[in-house]
Amino acid sequence: MQAETLSGGFATPAVEAARAFRSVMEAMARPGTIHDIRGAEPPAPLSPAAGAVLLTLCDAETPIYLAGAADCDAVRSWLAFHTGAPAAGPSHCMFAVGSWDALSPLSDYPVGTSEYPDRSATLVVECPGLASSGAALKGPGIKESAFLSLPEVQAFRKNRALFPLGVDFIFTNSSRVAALPRSTEVS
Amino acid sequence: MYVAVKGGERAIENAHAWLAEERRGNTDIAELSIAQIREQLKLAVNRVMAEGSLYDPDLAALAIKQARGDLIEAIFLIRAYRTTLPRFGTSRPVDTAAMACDRRISATFKDLPGGQILGPTFDYTHRLLDFKLAADGEIPDAPLREPEPGDVPHVTEFLNREGLIEDAPNDETPPPDLTREPLEMPADRALRLQALTRADEGFALGLAYSTQRGYARNHAFVGELRIGTVPVEMEIPELGFAIEIGEVTLTECETVNQFTGSKTEPAQFTRGYGLVFGQTERKAISMALVDRALRWEELGEDFEGAPAQDAEFVLYHADNIQATGFLEHIKLPHYVDFQSELELVRKLRREAEASQLQEAAE
Amino acid sequence: MNAYNFAYLDEQTKRMIRRAILKGLAIPGYQVPFASREMPMPYGWGTGGVQVSAAVLTPQDTLKVIDQGADDTTNAVSIRTFFERTAGVETTTQTKSATVIQTRHRIPEDPLTEGQILVYQVPIPEPLRFLEPRESETRKMHSLEEYGLMHVKLYEDISRHGHIATSYAYPVKVEGRYVMDPSPIPKFDNPKLGDMAAIQLFGAGREQRIYALPPYTQVISLDFEDHPFEASKADHPCGLCGAKDSYLDEVIIDDAGGRMFVCSDTNYCTARQAAGHKGKDAA
Repeated sequence: MQAETLSGGFATPAVEAARAFRSVMEAMARPGTIHDIRGAEPPAPLSPAAGAVLLTLCDAETPIYLAGAADCDAVRSWLAFHTGAPAAGPSHCMFAVGSWDALSPLSDYPVGTSEYPDRSATLVVECPGLASSGAALKGPGIKESAFLSLPEVQAFRKNRALFPLGVDFIFTNSSRVAALPRSTEVS
Repeated sequence: MYVAVKGGERAIENAHAWLAEERRGNTDIAELSIAQIREQLKLAVNRVMAEGSLYDPDLAALAIKQARGDLIEAIFLIRAYRTTLPRFGTSRPVDTAAMACDRRISATFKDLPGGQILGPTFDYTHRLLDFKLAADGEIPDAPLREPEPGDVPHVTEFLNREGLIEDAPNDETPPPDLTREPLEMPADRALRLQALTRADEGFALGLAYSTQRGYARNHAFVGELRIGTVPVEMEIPELGFAIEIGEVTLTECETVNQFTGSKTEPAQFTRGYGLVFGQTERKAISMALVDRALRWEELGEDFEGAPAQDAEFVLYHADNIQATGFLEHIKLPHYVDFQSELELVRKLRREAEASQLQEAAE
Repeated sequence: MNAYNFAYLDEQTKRMIRRAILKGLAIPGYQVPFASREMPMPYGWGTGGVQVSAAVLTPQDTLKVIDQGADDTTNAVSIRTFFERTAGVETTTQTKSATVIQTRHRIPEDPLTEGQILVYQVPIPEPLRFLEPRESETRKMHSLEEYGLMHVKLYEDISRHGHIATSYAYPVKVEGRYVMDPSPIPKFDNPKLGDMAAIQLFGAGREQRIYALPPYTQVISLDFEDHPFEASKADHPCGLCGAKDSYLDEVIIDDAGGRMFVCSDTNYCTARQAAGHKGKDAA
């Protein structure tokens, strides 16, 4: 086993996972806001932020889809060792991670059912940058309006139209995280 | 003058101290040991293990002691402890045909391979208080006999060979886990059985009794009731084979139920099933009757509106820890909600009085 | 208490709860099923709220626990002590300095702010439960947005009593989609649910449900055009601090049935008294 596989997890899991979760929760509750998230050092190409998100939310009960470059030996073994999460294709995953292009199209992911809309995927989108500018956001969690540097607009509008079904997004870059729940209207 | 009530913290501490003192009782009387409870109140220990979903006689005995003999409180202690334990793995299904039986009776056949073994039962005791027990607990040794070699086959297998009872093939699907996933309706049989085996014994008994009195009557015979120990085996991935990690005492009840056939099935006997930790036969028989009543849909029977047929009703109300918690929570202060009800009732009464006056004036 | 993990729950349980919280925030007002664990306090005594709090707390948090608005009621004390022991967090009675507030049956009088999280203990999360006891049916009704039954019930109240006879746990509609039970808060508190700056999380342990309201979410109390919703409270000022805008408890003070009204939010009341406000019954 590679040393890289064994290292890079949370040093004090209970405390670091708690902090990381608060960042993700604040991000999901307040679309457009950007938060620090730390504690993980995953192998490339995963960002520290994406690593922390997965360590915080994933385990043997959550199949993960590794999209594109994220689907490499180093990432697979690291996730297997630190989370025990099984690998899955996009249609059976609870979490997916990768670049926007690698994750597309969104039509492959579970969007929940009308009785259980929560049974839908959460996509961890690795971004080249994150900024509170770009697409305008409206909806729950947003006082008047907010902005976020989204990779596109159309896909999010289509996802919003499925509400209460749909997938939810966590955006990661370096040690920062933002999010976009299905409830947000994007323009 | 009014001073808002303070000092909840001290009140709680004092209540706990008093409780500890009451639990111990008169200190001139020797304290109960865990071993005494484990050995001499074994049926209470069994019930706590069964409904606590944790097979550990010593912990169950400790819980009974701590709970001052309140078994539901003891079950609660065990559940709360159980939930903090890490899960190392899953055992292989136990083979009850390989059970070393302490008791094995069939109400459907006078004699059968493996024989009828009465075992340590209250069944034919005369319920007369034994005042000798109050004086001394000396008992004569019970006579011993060599057990008969070999497995003890299930009665239902004899019926199955003739095709007289519904087939129950092995199902290798991993069962859902009630303690790790939220209960979801409709619940399949594996999930229902899981809920029933840890259901409150009194609730299961009442439901089972109601089926006997005509609320979804299903004509149950005890095809077989067996109590004994079975080995528990676990696959160890590193070894590549299963090893025995211990043994547990179980009570298993299979009922044979009359069934005159339906649109989809020919006339044949059907099954109800009960399996419970420890010697807990009232519970196992109750479980089998309720299991059978809940199977109305898959057997194409009518829903008669009986409580025991209603899976939502049974499964959502069978857990005594959920039930007792919610029941007892009405002891907590509710003065905020009560206040808003007070305002409402006063308002409605004021308006009713006003309109009566108005009518009288007109 | 070192034998237990930070904030009592094991990490796997926390992950499961955290995933449910995120889905709850993404679908405001929808009840997410979660595999509630047995807690060392009874079901019905705040196990849902405790599990949610345990899943969101960090060591840097300052926790406030209230029951019926008060910090010193016995169950509030018991839960606060639990987290002091298992999470080692700071605790407070001041609404303003708390980062996480666990509550039973009240929303504090002081407006909450952006850094705060309000965790509700919920006994029966299903607003339709007393109209339809079957979970399989109510789930269908939510999926089809079929809330006619609820409106019929409220309207029957009006035709019988001239008013909607629900004074607490008054149902609300969230973002025009899900009808939600706000937990048994008095309807006086309902207007605070919407457009709140803090995150609101709801935990029902025995019923195995988590739901959420992100900040600034539209929450509307169900009503009718000819019978608009009105928040009500006892028509008195607080006897101790003189507040006219707070929810009041009625306290019986003598054998002759004499009574007085005091703020149910003890922190609000003591802060006002400390600032020099006095009610007619104050010493």
